[in-house]
Amino acid sequence: MSDLLLVPEKRFEKQIKATREKDGVELSILNLGPTHPATHGIFQNILLMDGEKIIDGEGTVGYIHRAFEKIAENRPFYQINVLTDRLNYCSSPINNTGWWMTVEKMLGIEIPKRVQYMRVIIMELARIADHIICSSVMGVDTGALTGFLYVMQYREKIYEIYEEICGARLTTNMGRIGGFEREWSETAWRKIDKFLAEFPAVWTEFENMLSRNRIFMDRTIGAGAVDAEMAMSYGFTGPNLRAAGVDYDIRVAQPYCSYEDFEFDIPVGQNGDCYDRFCVRNAEVWESMKIIRQALEKMPAEGGYHADVPDYYLPPKEEVYNNMEALIYHFKIVMGEVPVPNTEVYHAVEGGNGELGFYLITNGSRVPYRLHFRRPCFIYYQAFNEIVKGRSLSDAIITLSSMNVIAGELDC
Amino acid sequence: MEEAIIIEKSVIIVAVFAITMLFAMYCTLAERKIAAWIQDRRGPNRAGPGGMLQPLADGLKLFAKEEFMPNTPNTFLFVLGPFISMTMALMTSAVIPWGDTLEIAGRKVILQAADINVAMLYVFAVLSVSVYGIMIGGWASNNKYSLISAMRVASQMISYEIAMGLSIVAVLMMHSSMSLREIAAGQHEMHWNIFYQPLGFFIFLICSFAETNRTPFDLAECEQELIGGYHTEYSSMRMGFFLFAEYAAMFISSTLLAVLYLGAYNYPGMTWAAENWGENTANIIGIAVLFIKICFFIFLYMWVRWTIPRFRYDQLMNLGWKTLIPLAILNIVVTAVVLLLNR
Repeated sequence: MSDLLLVPEKRFEKQIKATREKDGVELSILNLGPTHPATHGIFQNILLMDGEKIIDGEGTVGYIHRAFEKIAENRPFYQINVLTDRLNYCSSPINNTGWWMTVEKMLGIEIPKRVQYMRVIIMELARIADHIICSSVMGVDTGALTGFLYVMQYREKIYEIYEEICGARLTTNMGRIGGFEREWSETAWRKIDKFLAEFPAVWTEFENMLSRNRIFMDRTIGAGAVDAEMAMSYGFTGPNLRAAGVDYDIRVAQPYCSYEDFEFDIPVGQNGDCYDRFCVRNAEVWESMKIIRQALEKMPAEGGYHADVPDYYLPPKEEVYNNMEALIYHFKIVMGEVPVPNTEVYHAVEGGNGELGFYLITNGSRVPYRLHFRRPCFIYYQAFNEIVKGRSLSDAIITLSSMNVIAGELDC
Repeated sequence: MEEAIIIEKSVIIVAVFAITMLFAMYCTLAERKIAAWIQDRRGPNRAGPGGMLQPLADGLKLFAKEEFMPNTPNTFLFVLGPFISMTMALMTSAVIPWGDTLEIAGRKVILQAADINVAMLYVFAVLSVSVYGIMIGGWASNNKYSLISAMRVASQMISYEIAMGLSIVAVLMMHSSMSLREIAAGQHEMHWNIFYQPLGFFIFLICSFAETNRTPFDLAECEQELIGGYHTEYSSMRMGFFLFAEYAAMFISSTLLAVLYLGAYNYPGMTWAAENWGENTANIIGIAVLFIKICFFIFLYMWVRWTIPRFRYDQLMNLGWKTLIPLAILNIVVTAVVLLLNR
């Protein structure tokens, strides 16, 4: 027990000394990170190596800890949205929408069907963007850069859709309590249609390039395997859990935002290795496109772009500038002077990486009493060292990238 | 007479050296352009028309960079590493037959810097020494990533040289000579070795990829695992030498592939051209043909690099020892039997 309290280097040095004396084998410490090309973000792994084999490892978190949970305790509900952008920055609209839904759940606001469908569209686009990154970066980490740059063009197309909807690209800060800040433009709808028409061919090509490539399969099959039991015990969710064969998807298990209206499959893997995670994510991209198509088809003509909740939804800008009442409301809402119940809610959405949960406790004041983000990446990273123990350095890199550990979500 | 030979050889040596350097330089541009073409983007196009001056700009930039010296006890070896790599990469070109003979001012000029009768052995000797550059450089860097990379390179080179050497043995048996000149001459018209030795060609091709550290065998410098591999700690022109050596090695191994298997300077209709247009014209076309073949192989290297992922270390060893070496031995046996039966 006392050994576990030591910093990893000291603990490993003891082990190195013991091994040298016992077997005459010289182990070494390899410092993987914090600024290593394969750590997508900033986190450190101190590995105890025997040549290229990983004997033991310890991950260090906190390199980009920004105290979001504490900051949130001093911010009105509207201003917390910008914090959620910076969790999993590959799919910020999911985080934004998840946060708004948490607040709406706390306030008991009913959202019109049309707004819900719009949210589904934007969340599924964000999921596609997230999976594009993760799957193509797996290619990069095995040495095939081309697929990454090729599909990146289509993430750009998704970003153009974001831009059209909310004006921002990476950290979107999208939406309001009750809906969106404005009606989606004609261009936005056209761009979504265009994306859905063009993307399948590109994604098929990308999948063909890697998923049956002998070298890629050899590299990923069996590497970084997590069985269902281990995945569940660590609290895995999302694609990483589904790759291990557990068909748990919050969109189906606890439908939110009218996901129950849509027909889609949950892809599951068998072995929970890197290859299964890759395939599950690729299949989810197809399912997401299916959901978007259905949402576009079923989209009600009536319903506007926000719920009718003048106490929480910011009044339009023309009125704020010309009308006393609207200006007062604008000020009050931005400063958080809105009626808030004394309650506690948990709301989870299926983020790009897994269950992204918001645990919110309010005490009737203008700021949350406590807000906790359940970040899936934080949970995956706990398991990382157990998964890679006994494997080679190359396997560790590919495992890390296939679990899609994003530093922004790892440290919040 | 003696002076004439010295002048002749000096001109050839300078020309070969210049061509190798030029090819290595423009390989860097070609690589970026081909990568851009495969990845649906434009590639460098700012320096000069169509980016043609990019290699010069890159070279200039490397010279202008700080020469970083890591905290290592072996500064001499650290400096030595890139030089060995560079020198060895350039030395191989000495024995390549760039064409048949040219008749200039009544003299038959052999288009080869040195026509030695053990050219193949020389090539392998130089190739084996070139690994020392990387090993010494990686080890002297005093960096664990560099060291891992250097170890990977060493074992990769040694393993793949065996298969490479064995695949060549069959060719040597066919031509009963070790001189590259005689091997080239033996493939006149369309009697290219690739048609007689397809298996040997593939083994040699795969090994060439491994010997030049190109994808899928670029384990030495896989930036996602080992940051920069053996040249992590190198900067400025020292790193430039490593990179340059890699491209020079690629050019040389493309040349070897062309000479050994794709008929060197031979092309169909060469005899006809010699009869009708004169020996000199036919042989000049031969030089052009050789360079077309070399360019094809360079393109192949780049095409593969930007298409497929790389192996893991143990898979690389498996492929080398358990697949390529047995196949190469099989190739030798089959060739021997066929030669015996045709005697």
